[in-house]
Amino acid sequence: MSLLRIEGISKWFGATQVLYDISFTFYPGQINMIIGPSGCGKTVLLKCIVGLIRPETGKVFFGDVDFLKASSEQKRSILKNLGMLFQSSALFDSMTVGENVAFPLRVFTRQPEKVIQDRVAYCLERVGLAGIQAKYPAELSGGMKRRVGLARAIALNPRYLFCDEPNSGLDPLTARRIDELIQEITQEFQTTTVVVTHDLKSMLDMGQRILFLYQGRAEWQGTRTQLFRELEALPPNLSNFLHASGLIR
Amino acid sequence: MPMNLLLKGFEDFGQYLLLLRRSFTGLLRFRLYWELWTHEQIHMGRDSLFLVAIISLFVGAVTTVQTAYQIVSPFIPKSTIGAIVSTSAILELAPTVTSLVLAGRIGSSIASQIGSMRVSEQIDALEVMGINSATYLILPRLFSAIVAFPLLVIYACFIVHIGGIIAGAFTGAVNPTQFAIGARSFFEGFQITFMLIKAVTFGFIISTVSAYQGYFVRGGALEVGKSSTRAVVVSCLMILVADYVLAQLLL
Repeated sequence: MSLLRIEGISKWFGATQVLYDISFTFYPGQINMIIGPSGCGKTVLLKCIVGLIRPETGKVFFGDVDFLKASSEQKRSILKNLGMLFQSSALFDSMTVGENVAFPLRVFTRQPEKVIQDRVAYCLERVGLAGIQAKYPAELSGGMKRRVGLARAIALNPRYLFCDEPNSGLDPLTARRIDELIQEITQEFQTTTVVVTHDLKSMLDMGQRILFLYQGRAEWQGTRTQLFRELEALPPNLSNFLHASGLIR
Repeated sequence: MPMNLLLKGFEDFGQYLLLLRRSFTGLLRFRLYWELWTHEQIHMGRDSLFLVAIISLFVGAVTTVQTAYQIVSPFIPKSTIGAIVSTSAILELAPTVTSLVLAGRIGSSIASQIGSMRVSEQIDALEVMGINSATYLILPRLFSAIVAFPLLVIYACFIVHIGGIIAGAFTGAVNPTQFAIGARSFFEGFQITFMLIKAVTFGFIISTVSAYQGYFVRGGALEVGKSSTRAVVVSCLMILVADYVLAQLLL
């Protein structure tokens, strides 16, 4: 059920094509990374997968269900099993941290308030932010906002976890902490985790399956082991991208 | 160029209608909307009371003084001032002036709230959770406006009368008794119905036009500010057009 597969995704914005026939399989219990330089279409692809943007061609299979052709009931059922951490955290400004994390629980479940509050406390504790339920997003630092975003994303025990540039704009220590949390959550909940990033340190630390995009095209895909094994035979764009980081020589 | 503007206008209107239709689908649990509705009631209704009172008080006072200034003939009874001020207040001043003022206060607030949610990906977050963001964001504001506007207009109408009575007594143009006699002599029940129809219509226009402006914002803080300004301008224009159409149809 929690296998995620995309087939032949293409997307145009007006006359400009931004994604070219992209296919990939994202595996459960693993961190699947979409990497590439800025403007290569990573976020557009992610938004196509979660239904925020409709691709012109292609299929997105959550398990056996084609999300783009699914009935509204099927879509709702898929979205219920999907958590997403946005680049901007996307916390609701008018709600407290506690209300933000409780929001999906209140929308999708009919649990008593005590159970919801316990779950909120657990999720916040899980991301290392116990006891900040009463604070508003405006009172939090960038790293704390991402962690609250992560707590909200896991509130419903999702099968799929999507992270859009989860550590961009954060200091190295906080960025690594976010990466660790994503790894821990993927292991603990056995989620199919999809991380979009251009941070190669993150990719090297936690990426298990990798899709490299360059100018809207899937230039390389495989496992991290494969990547290191084929280091000398990688496509030039990927090779340049990896070497530019200075992490690979 | 005018043709392009016309086409753009049709496109915007079509998109506005589609958004309206979408905002009535995919309803969630009533409790979620109730909380938002009560919050909006406080924001639109209670928080506007002071502003509406001040404006209505002065509108009433100025209308009385200016009406008195124009009635120079000794053969016209002083109570006529009360009749003119009261009828104007009910038919036009309370609903239209109040709504134009509220378009600035509430319309800009709705557009900037929804617009900033759009640019900070909060609307995307709602959609990813499987929530119809149009319904969640627009419906409570629309129903809140439809309830709050008539109440605010009734309140404004009352204060316009108070302003008129105070100004009349203060300047000696008309005493409170004469004002009341005049106001009652020309009163018809339908005027109140007409006032409330206007209030509901204007509430609908302000809430939906402003929500539309905010919902389709692209870019950053600058565009949110522009959408807020556009929400006020378009709402005011639509109010004036609707004001004329309603007067033509119902009077």
